[in-house]
Amino acid sequence: MNDAVEHDLECTGLSKHFGSVRAVDDVSFRIPKGSFFSILGPSGCGKTTLMRMIAGFENPSDGDIHIKGRSVLNIPPNKRNVKMVFQHLALFPMMNVFENIAYGLRCAGTPKSEIPQKVNDVLERIALPDVGNREIHQLSGGQKQRIAIARCMVLDPDVLLLDEPLGALDLKLREAMKIELKLLQHQFNTTFIYITHDQSEALVMSDNVAVMNEGRFEQVGKPEELYHKPATSFVAGFVGDSNRWAGKVEEISDGVAKVATEAGLSMLCKPQAGVVTGAPVSIFVRPEFIGAQRASEAGPPDANSNALAGKVDSVLFNGANSRILVRGPSAELIEADVVVTGGTSDLRPGDAVQLNWAPEQAMCYAR
Amino acid sequence: MQGDVKRLSLILLFAPFALWIVLLIILPHLGMVYLSLREKVAPRVYEFGFGNYIDFIQEPIYWNTLLRTGSMSILVTVLALLIGFPIAYYIAKIAGRRSRGALFLLCLIPLWVSDLIRAFGWILLLRETGVISTSLQTMGLISEPVEFLYNDATVIVGLVYTVILFMIVPLVSTLDGMDDAMVEAGYNLGGSGPTVLRRIIIPYAMPGIVAGCIVVFMLTAGSYLTPILLGGKNSSWFTEQIYDQFITRFNWESGAAFGFLLLAFTSLVVWAGLRLTGQNLANTVAKN
Repeated sequence: MNDAVEHDLECTGLSKHFGSVRAVDDVSFRIPKGSFFSILGPSGCGKTTLMRMIAGFENPSDGDIHIKGRSVLNIPPNKRNVKMVFQHLALFPMMNVFENIAYGLRCAGTPKSEIPQKVNDVLERIALPDVGNREIHQLSGGQKQRIAIARCMVLDPDVLLLDEPLGALDLKLREAMKIELKLLQHQFNTTFIYITHDQSEALVMSDNVAVMNEGRFEQVGKPEELYHKPATSFVAGFVGDSNRWAGKVEEISDGVAKVATEAGLSMLCKPQAGVVTGAPVSIFVRPEFIGAQRASEAGPPDANSNALAGKVDSVLFNGANSRILVRGPSAELIEADVVVTGGTSDLRPGDAVQLNWAPEQAMCYAR
Repeated sequence: MQGDVKRLSLILLFAPFALWIVLLIILPHLGMVYLSLREKVAPRVYEFGFGNYIDFIQEPIYWNTLLRTGSMSILVTVLALLIGFPIAYYIAKIAGRRSRGALFLLCLIPLWVSDLIRAFGWILLLRETGVISTSLQTMGLISEPVEFLYNDATVIVGLVYTVILFMIVPLVSTLDGMDDAMVEAGYNLGGSGPTVLRRIIIPYAMPGIVAGCIVVFMLTAGSYLTPILLGGKNSSWFTEQIYDQFITRFNWESGAAFGFLLLAFTSLVVWAGLRLTGQNLANTVAKN
C-alpha cells in the first residue's frame, strides 16, 4: 500500500488494439511521485494512444491503469484527476485567459469567491500576472503554452500529460520553453508525463525516459543511460546520432567482439546481450567518440582499437557542435565531431585523416 | 499603366455587384418607400402622407398578422436550430471523412426540387385522402379520414423542412473548424457533457448559429408558397397580405407600406436577436 502512494501512475500490461493493429502492446511502467517522465518514440509508435488511455479518451483493450494507487479504468475522463496539455493546446478562443483558467475550477464546483484568488495565484506562478483580461489570440506562442499549463495546474492534478506541446513553436522558443517546462515542473512538484518524438526535448527535461517503438517500450531509464547504455539497437539508433555499420561477428574474446562489416572492414566492438559468434549484428558509434587526426600526424594504428583511414568530404560547421563527414575506405560517410577553432590547423575538405575509436564505444547489437 | 489596368479590372469586377445592389435592391426599395408615402385622396390624385402606415396601425388584423408571422418565424427558426444542430454536429464531428460528403449531399437533395413541388409533396402526404390518412385508416387507428393540412402545425413543419438546410450549412462549416481537442480539453478539465456543450461547443459555434438563424428567419418570414399551400386560408401569413394589397386590391401604396414594414420588422427582430446573444453582424460574417 505504501508502495502505491510512492507512484503517481502505474500501468500494468496495458494494450490497445485497433482491429489487427496493436497500437499499444503490453506496456507496463511506474512513474515515481513528482518526477518528469518522457515517452519518446517516432510518430505512429503508439505514444499518443497510450496518453489518451491515461487521460481516459480511449479504453484499453487489456491491462490496468492506477493513479495514486486506484484503478481508473471505469472513471470517465472528466472525473480523472489527470490533466492534459494538448498538442495544439486547445485553449478556448471564445474565452479570455481568466475564463480559460477558471473553466476547470467552475466545473469542479469551486466556490465563486475563491476562483479569482486561485486564478491569480496560478498566473503569478507562471510569471504572467497581468494577462487575465487578455484574449487568447493576443498572446504569444510561449505565453499560450504557459496558460495551457496553468489551466491544468490550477486544478492540482495528480498527473499532468503533455502531448508534444512544443511542436508548434519555432526553434528558439522551443529551446527556451524546454528549460521553462523543467522549472515549472520543479515548482509545481507534480508528475509530468511528456510525449515527444524529439529526443533532445526528452533528454534535456526528463528524470526518466521511456523509448517506445511499435507499441512497446524498448527501454526505460535515465537520459544518460539511454544515451550511453542503450538496451536495444532501436534505442541506440533513435537516441542521439550514430554511425552505423552492419556486419557479422567473427569471434568474441575478453568481452570484445571482432566484426566483419558488410563493406569488408574489420572492427572491434563491445557485444551486447544476445550477440554470439557468427550472428549478424549492427554496430553503433557516436560521432563524439570518434577522434580524427591528420594522417600525417597519426601514429601507427593500435591493434586493440579501431582505426580507419579516410578523406574529409565536408566540414559541417555548427559552433561547438561542428562535425566532419569522412569518406572511409568503403566509400561510406562517417560522422566525427571535431573542434573547429578557425585557425590553420582545422581540417578542410580533401584532407587525409585517420579516425580512431575505442572498442567499448562501439556498441554491437544482434539484428 | 499597371495602376490603370488594376483599376479597370476592379471596376469590371465590381460592376455586376454594384448594378445588382443599385438596380435590384436600393432602387426598388426607394420606390417602395416613395410609393408607401403616397395617400390616395381621390382617383388618380395622391398626396404625401403617412396614411398607409396609419391604416396598418389602426387595423388590428394587419399588425396581428405581422406579429403572428414574426412569432411563427421565430418558432420555425428555433425548431430548425434544435433539429439542425445535432445533424450538423454529426456531419462535422462524428461522421467519418467519407460519409461526411455523402451526408452533406443528402441534405442538399431537396434543393434540386422546386419549392412548389416540395409543398405539393406535403399535400399528397397530408391531405384528407392522402397517404398518411389512408394508411392510418388501413391500420385501423382512425375510423374516418383526417385532414392534416391547413393548420399551424403543418405550416411550421413544412417551413422547417424547407429552411433547415440553410441552418445546417453554416453550422457545419463553423463546427468543422473546431479542433476535436477543444471538446476533449473541455472534458479533461472536468466538464460534464452538458457543460462542454454549453460552455464550449455552443459558444464556439455561435457565429454559425447566428448566421443560420438570420438566414432562416428572413427566409421564413418572407416565404409565401409554403404557408399558402399548406396553411390555406387560415395561414394568415404577412406576405399574403402584401400580395393581396398589390394584386387583389390593386392598392400598391398600401402594399408598398406593408412590404416596407415587413422589412423593418424582420430587421428589428434580427437586431434584437443579435443584441440578446451579444454577437455582431461583422464577426458572424467574418468568421464564416
